[in-house]
Amino acid sequence: MYLVLIAGLILAFTSVASLFVGAIAISPWDAMEFLLRDASGLTSTERTILFELRLPRMITAILVGSSLGIAGVGFQALFRNPLADPYIIGASSGAALGVTIAIMVGWQAALFGLRTTAVAALLGSLLIVAIVMFIGSLSGRSNSLSLLLAGVALSSMINSIVSLLMFWSEEKIMVIFAWLMGSLANNGWPSIASTSLIALIGLVILWGLSRPLDSYLLGDVASQSLGLNLAWFRLLLVAGASIATGAAVSSAGIIGFVGLIAPHMARWTVGPKHVWQIPMSACYGAMILISADAIARTIVAPTELPVGSITALMGCPFFLGLLLFRSRSSTVLGDAS
Amino acid sequence: MTHLVVDQLKFGYTERMIIDGVSLELRAGEVLVLLGANGAGKTTLLRLIARQLKLESGKMLLDESDITKLSRRNLAQQIALMPQHENQTSTLTVHDVVSLGRMPHCGWWAPLSNADQSRVEDAITATGLSSFRNRSILELSGGEWRRMILARAIAQDASVLLLDEPIAGLDLKYQYEVLDQVRQLTKQNRLVSVVTLHDMNMAAMFADRVAILHDGKLLAIGKAEEVITSALIREAFDVEVSVMRHPTLGTPLVVPLHNFSKTRSQTGGESSYSNAEF
Repeated sequence: MYLVLIAGLILAFTSVASLFVGAIAISPWDAMEFLLRDASGLTSTERTILFELRLPRMITAILVGSSLGIAGVGFQALFRNPLADPYIIGASSGAALGVTIAIMVGWQAALFGLRTTAVAALLGSLLIVAIVMFIGSLSGRSNSLSLLLAGVALSSMINSIVSLLMFWSEEKIMVIFAWLMGSLANNGWPSIASTSLIALIGLVILWGLSRPLDSYLLGDVASQSLGLNLAWFRLLLVAGASIATGAAVSSAGIIGFVGLIAPHMARWTVGPKHVWQIPMSACYGAMILISADAIARTIVAPTELPVGSITALMGCPFFLGLLLFRSRSSTVLGDAS
Repeated sequence: MTHLVVDQLKFGYTERMIIDGVSLELRAGEVLVLLGANGAGKTTLLRLIARQLKLESGKMLLDESDITKLSRRNLAQQIALMPQHENQTSTLTVHDVVSLGRMPHCGWWAPLSNADQSRVEDAITATGLSSFRNRSILELSGGEWRRMILARAIAQDASVLLLDEPIAGLDLKYQYEVLDQVRQLTKQNRLVSVVTLHDMNMAAMFADRVAILHDGKLLAIGKAEEVITSALIREAFDVEVSVMRHPTLGTPLVVPLHNFSKTRSQTGGESSYSNAEF
């Protein structure tokens, strides 16, 4: 528990630090004063940068990163596979399809403070996950392998459809492409409020499954004999993880590797028990994304790099390291120290 | 008073019945050992009673309640299954895994009460795992792993224990200890225990009654001396044995009659091996 608290404190520190990092430097003391008291010591430009740009962006990064972190824990447990990520059963391809169609047809559907692309991404991802679950259940046994196969097959098909749609809408290809790269910008306060609610629902569902998740990793026979109704449990698990993923994709597009890395870091730090692993993974996810965003904003300032590329650049070496580490270890989901 | 009745159970795949009309009745305080060749249906029968497989036909009653109608959680409060194998996909500690035995009682979220904690500690102590309690389950030997699963089943505090080869991989001392523990729990707490074993001599010493399954059917059930006979063993296992009497306990003692001398002479014999090595 102490480790989760320490991670929370480090996250708070990283978050505040991210406020004064950017193309225009704002002193840490002014940023702190702005957060804790009033903004009288800041110029109006600094106020706008802090309140309208960096603070919403920081909170979006926390929401998106933590949602991806907990969704990663959920999907890695569901498939009992440490290489699963939040997009494994089609959430990203569904979101991409929703956004591509919305941009192509000029659909306007702002809802509860969420922008059109956010609504389209959320609906697209949840719809595809629902279809995958339906197809998976047609096999007669709602097991995780059926879900995985259905997800991979459907994702491939939808990705091809998205590519074809992009090919046919040449004039909008850059807009769609920019969304696919992922960005934390342009999320206003109403959008943040809606995303927070969605992310919170995902967190509550997944955290509430902590103990069953521990038993589920011992296998279907063991978890059933401990009273777990596997069909309901899997449904709740997929729902919680998909809602968390939906919160992330609707706010920031597709951001890879965070949902893969954060659960591993959490396991290394607090061990395999999900009651600690889930909040820890949320903290790590948020920290990774805040750091990646700070790098994306500053490394070639004033040009901003897509944050999705930075997380992929950081994530790929980690992923390879994980593969090497796994080859020396018999552990599957238990690389915790 | 625990009373388990299974009546005319049937389960199978398209052309092959795995369990074909098995009926059993067990009363509180009774230990039944299931014997049978590989593929005879022992594990399947346990999994059917634990409702891990869907029954094709037949009835299963526990204290006159239909087992198939119980909620999964309620079922786990009353029936604990110790499976033969479990996934090794987590680094939970022994204490964590045994604590999961309390999940049917305390639910998904509520912390373990003091009573739950003491059940867990008792189960860990009873299975001799105290010195391993904080060890990662991936560091356990096969025998330690089985004792841990038994501890979890004990912590589950159910009135029916279904144990699938609980002594596989254990050395003789722990085989005695584990089976002693199961017997003691069954008698003290008036449980019903159904245990699959391969060792017929151990079954004869340990069980109140023995059942032999053959091709999914119940070939025989009764006291060890009625069931462990050379004729029934020949029919169930297709091997020749001689059944004698245990010199001190008086229970049946199975002596295999297979002769390995043919294969010994083909491979050069024991003596040449000895010469080469020593």
